[in-house]
Amino acid sequence: MGTYEEISSNKRKSLLLIFLFIVVIVLLGYVFGLLFFNPFIGLFFAFFISVIMTLISIFSGDKIMLKMFGAEEAIKPKHTNLINTVEGLAIAAGIPKPKIYVIKEDSPNAFATGYKPDKASITVTTGLLKIMNKAELEGVIAHEMSHIKNYDIRFMLLVATLVGISVLISDLLLRSLWWGRYQRNRDRIGFYLIIIGLILAILTPIIVQLIKFAVSRQREFLADASGALLTRYPKGLAEALRKIKADKEPMVNGANRAVSHLLIADPMRLIGDNIKHWFSTHPPLGERIRRLESM
Amino acid sequence: MAINIVLWIISSVVIVGILYIVLTYNVLIKLKNRIENSWAQIDVQLKRRYDLIPNLVETVKGYMKHEKTVLTEITKTRSALIKGDLRSRAQASNQITEALKTIFAVAENYPQLKASKNFLHLQEELSGTESKIAYARQFYNDSVLVLNQKIQSFPSNMIANMFGFKEKEYFEVQEAEKKLVKVKF
Repeated sequence: MGTYEEISSNKRKSLLLIFLFIVVIVLLGYVFGLLFFNPFIGLFFAFFISVIMTLISIFSGDKIMLKMFGAEEAIKPKHTNLINTVEGLAIAAGIPKPKIYVIKEDSPNAFATGYKPDKASITVTTGLLKIMNKAELEGVIAHEMSHIKNYDIRFMLLVATLVGISVLISDLLLRSLWWGRYQRNRDRIGFYLIIIGLILAILTPIIVQLIKFAVSRQREFLADASGALLTRYPKGLAEALRKIKADKEPMVNGANRAVSHLLIADPMRLIGDNIKHWFSTHPPLGERIRRLESM
Repeated sequence: MAINIVLWIISSVVIVGILYIVLTYNVLIKLKNRIENSWAQIDVQLKRRYDLIPNLVETVKGYMKHEKTVLTEITKTRSALIKGDLRSRAQASNQITEALKTIFAVAENYPQLKASKNFLHLQEELSGTESKIAYARQFYNDSVLVLNQKIQSFPSNMIANMFGFKEKEYFEVQEAEKKLVKVKF
């Protein structure tokens, strides 16, 4: 598959996943509405909470994250090479130059933050700078630059918000089924509705999490492909991922599940069987390398 | 009744037509601005290179007794970086790239020069501007390609003609340099 096809197929899949999300939420809302007198208060409440959470993560999420990792801004002449690489790839992507940060950390990794290109930043670990040559560093930076250019950070925030909303609604549904007074509880339809509501309320949080992980993996493939389009050299990133794969050490510095979808490689080094794969924010490195090399 | 339907059809065709013209016009304007912007990026980098070259010549002059011709050539070509049209500036840029390559290759023979902090700094800055020029050119040429395609293909060519959009020129690369550009798909 060529790079352009890879990019458009990824975009299609992401859209499909978002559509699935909306279907799940609407379905949930429908059952909720059928069961209860006034579902709108609950819905409004759920919506309100998730909007506030999203606003917080949009406006200070990146600052919180940079602080958590103890990131420092890159300076010349110490990081001239890194700064030049980022500036060059920003020109190639046609976006303003993002801020550049470095974390003292032996495990090679990198991430991008910011809800729009002119508020974005790219952070790399010292371990990454140590082991990558020029072409490999360019590959990694191009991947991060693509996350910024494709609005992936905003996209994943949207997905996280959708997850939040559906989890809240299903929780509400479960609670009301347990404690609340519902209509039509005497006839058979009412009974079936309760069963359906119960199943939905239990399954939804799991399903939306799975969709979230699938979206995240899709965006990783997309960033790999559009990164390759920036450097015109997919092999650079492929080699970089190979080196990251060889490095088995997990990140010690503040990495946890909450941020793993932002990093270039899973900080927990969770690579393995299929079940684990479903719950992973990143596609297996082997698969990413294979796709890059076939471009 | 029949007249009503005909009127409906005509007015919806007109509305769709106007919408198409507006959207296409906006896309063309966006592309034109993107091309101007990426040209400005190339311009900035060429000027930066123009500014760095005298420092480099000054630094290496004392060491490189045998390579006077390269140094005079690079000094002469330098002014063409910031003057003239697209084609001549692209050509000058290519010549400078070749000359710099020679200088940095020759520098390997002068351990004292290689140890000089100033030289290393200049080398890094110049290779930085070189890759930035390459990236800016890539973005510029990609944008030109999209604009030219719109201007050539039907039906967007009608709108482009209507508002006088002209095809843009590519920032060309010489054959010699092409071999070094990494293009792998």
